[in-house]
Amino acid sequence: MLEAQERQRFEQCVLPYLDAAFNLARWLLRDRSNAEDATQEAMLRAYRFFPSFRAGDPRAWLLQIVRNYCYTWLRQNRPHEDTSELNEDSLPSDTPSPETLAIASHDRQRIAQALEALPVHFREILVLRELEGCSYKEIAAITSHPIGTVMSALARARKQLRESLSTPLHTKESSRAL
Amino acid sequence: MPCDLAAAHLHAYLDGELDAAGAAGFERHLQSCAECASALNSEQTLRTTLASAQLYEPAPTLLRNRIHAQLPARPSTRTPFFRILQWAALAPAILLAIFLGRAYFESRANTDVLAVAAVDAHLRSLQPGHLTDVQSSDQHTVKPWFDGKIDFAPTVTDFANDGFPLLGGRLDVLSGNTVAALVYGRRKHIINVFIIPSSPRISPANSAGVRDGYHWLSWQHNGFTCIAVSDANRTDLAQLRTLFQAP
Repeated sequence: MLEAQERQRFEQCVLPYLDAAFNLARWLLRDRSNAEDATQEAMLRAYRFFPSFRAGDPRAWLLQIVRNYCYTWLRQNRPHEDTSELNEDSLPSDTPSPETLAIASHDRQRIAQALEALPVHFREILVLRELEGCSYKEIAAITSHPIGTVMSALARARKQLRESLSTPLHTKESSRAL
Repeated sequence: MPCDLAAAHLHAYLDGELDAAGAAGFERHLQSCAECASALNSEQTLRTTLASAQLYEPAPTLLRNRIHAQLPARPSTRTPFFRILQWAALAPAILLAIFLGRAYFESRANTDVLAVAAVDAHLRSLQPGHLTDVQSSDQHTVKPWFDGKIDFAPTVTDFANDGFPLLGGRLDVLSGNTVAALVYGRRKHIINVFIIPSSPRISPANSAGVRDGYHWLSWQHNGFTCIAVSDANRTDLAQLRTLFQAP
């Protein structure tokens, strides 16, 4: 009886966030097929840990498990990827670039590639903020970073993404000269 | 030199993380600081670009099915005979779980269909001239406007004091149901709140999601199913839900 109740509670509380789990895994691992395996493993793991989850935000809780699984996977399978935890001191100070750079192309593939080319922590924070719509507090809970670090990393991530999507200024200048 | 205030507040403002006073202060600052205005502009362009790329990738159906099939029953240490007895004893519970599970997923599917329709209706409403049938920030103008046009009376409240000014209302159709749509502003964003009387067909499931870069959030209140849709962030929608549900 307990088993059925527990499973039903899991299905109501956690399983609705399957899309969120898969989307995060897909962008962290940059690969759909590995993301499917990771999501499945993380979901089963969440089911095992579920009795110890009593209160709080089930989405953040699930995404935390997905994230941990993905980082472990990356360390084992893609040792070149820098997965060392973010540290506020290692982030360059956030100076918003005053120049408004035109974003060159809007096609999905190019934007997806630019996002995938970001360091994993930046990618993660942008996916959680822009695709998943998480608040700073939720991102802090999922990634176990202080809110200050989330904010500076997000600013830095956006800057880097914008730079990689932008036409370099000199190209703009030369086309204007024509 | 970039402005100091930009470094401190720009992203928090963009993400709706400043409180009302902080946001108003930053908006005043924007009027006089070209630097911040231009920086905000490029952040907004980036956000639009990201949203337009529709990067969100939902879980494939096969994965969903696989996970359902694999959610384990805890391994038993009993003998096979005991296990059979145990399963026999559990049969009613299993049937109940299957029944509830089905009802739950059917209701979820309903909500999802409705949510998709709501996002589409939101997009339609943003076309020039489609946003409101009755344009007023006065709840006492908007509410009576619905009289006789629909067979239910939605509660209409202006939440301007909480940062969600009522802009008006209109009739809309979601999956074949005529619904009341209330339009709210949130900073520079538009929020549509669709109100439908709850029925077995529109089952009471609360859900949230993102589609084409638009957030939606649904909830139940006083026998109505409400679905809010916007490009404002999820926190804003949750805040509006709280206002709706306040006694």
